[in-house]
Amino acid sequence: MSIELLIFFILAVFLIASSLLVIFQRNPVHSALALVAALFIMAVLFLTQEAPMVAVLQIFVYAGAIMVLFLFVIMLLNPSMPEKGHWIWWGSGSLGAALLAVELISLFLPVHGTKPLGAEVGENFGSPKLLAEILFKEFVLPFEIASILLLVALIGAVVLAKR
Amino acid sequence: MIVEIGIVVAKVLLVLIMVLNLAGIMGWVERKGSALIQDRIGANRASILGFAGLGLINTMVADPIKFLTKEDFVPPRGDRVLHTLAPCLALFPTLVLFAVIPFGDVLEIGGRTINLQVAPNINIGILYIFAMSSLSVYGIVIGAWASNNKFSLLGGVRGSAQMISYEIAMGLSVMGIVMIYETLELQEIVRGQGSLLWGWLPAWGVVLQPVAFLLFFTTAVAESKRIPFDQPEAESELVAGFHTEYSGAKFLMFFTAEFAEMVTAAAIITTLFFGGWQVPYLMRDGFHFPGGAILLLPHLAIVLLQVGVFVFKVFFFCWLFILIRWTLPRFRYDQVMRLGWKMLLPLALANVMVTAIWIIVLGT
Repeated sequence: MSIELLIFFILAVFLIASSLLVIFQRNPVHSALALVAALFIMAVLFLTQEAPMVAVLQIFVYAGAIMVLFLFVIMLLNPSMPEKGHWIWWGSGSLGAALLAVELISLFLPVHGTKPLGAEVGENFGSPKLLAEILFKEFVLPFEIASILLLVALIGAVVLAKR
Repeated sequence: MIVEIGIVVAKVLLVLIMVLNLAGIMGWVERKGSALIQDRIGANRASILGFAGLGLINTMVADPIKFLTKEDFVPPRGDRVLHTLAPCLALFPTLVLFAVIPFGDVLEIGGRTINLQVAPNINIGILYIFAMSSLSVYGIVIGAWASNNKFSLLGGVRGSAQMISYEIAMGLSVMGIVMIYETLELQEIVRGQGSLLWGWLPAWGVVLQPVAFLLFFTTAVAESKRIPFDQPEAESELVAGFHTEYSGAKFLMFFTAEFAEMVTAAAIITTLFFGGWQVPYLMRDGFHFPGGAILLLPHLAIVLLQVGVFVFKVFFFCWLFILIRWTLPRFRYDQVMRLGWKMLLPLALANVMVTAIWIIVLGT
């Protein structure tokens, strides 16, 4: 077994363990922290797949910014424990799980002559320079539209909060 | 294979020992330095066989023993697991952050070329620093919440608001440096600072980006949670803020994390704005002074000089942090927010714009 594979399995075990902790814990703060750990380990997995930029953005955006907000909402609102086993929770939860399972299985099925796994990557794959060139030359219009959308949402939040 | 792993382990150990020892020494410098500033004598009680070593025995031997032997108190209605986890979360980001900071140029020994940086050739260096420092919020937030204390929670909430606000201005202030040296890799940025302007002035970041340096320095002080930006702690309002309910070894970890953060901030400032390990006029083979005088030096001496200069610069900025802490009064919470959002952020944006225009006009 190569070292890469060994590292992958170690990380995978930790990732699955922390993901399970997210859903099997009573305390929502503990769950949120387990999710932070899961996102962090996922970032390390990206790093082993030669995608350092994605790894860093994963930590920066999800683990560092969005989860802090999650944690804040949980801490300040301090939600009481939801009633156990309500059928809406179970129903919607299992539906989502089933959809995800179908998605995951279909990933491994070969689709119309494309190679299912192991696509080849060029030199400098995933480097910030290459990413920036594609983003700001080819896709500059979608990029700007997305940023305007975010700006509108931001201003909307401020307006709503001032009411 | 084994030699390569050995080299990596040696580099990691070297950096860890350097950071933690500098953090410990800064504890001593802070106590003695604050005494000097306030015209006191400072720590001098503890001594071994009559040797007090200017308070070194006090801060380096007696204090740790005291911390380690104290009762480890967890509030009865607090969260025991998270209360223990929080100090680790506070210390972790600052220590792993050092992986991308170059503390010297390459060392050529026995046919090998060793890059004096724990994780060399990462093309995302600066982004890694910001990603890791964005994680340092968790230490105080979790510690504050797990204490189940109103003062702690207030400190934690204020602290994270402050850190998130200043992270934005911090990130934007560095963009100017990235644009000028055209890379995110810290070793390349340091190498870029080795060239000379008009044949005599080193092209350090502070020379090319003075506004960015002032912004970055201010935000770095804010990120290290020290006076004048001590909102999470706020001794005069919140008892001790997020670590009110901490004692013993856990408090020592928070304490170490604060000093380690200071050392890391100083190291980043050194790397980005003050040439990192660069010594003015020192090239690969020796000094080349502007007048034409040349002083050749052996390779090992040059490497040692570079590492030594790097540590010296880091130490200088740590001292500056301490000087600021004991000289300036603290900000009120609304003042901290106003400074961050209404002054530093627009200034950082303007700096990015001016730098971009400058680069286009010069047509580099």
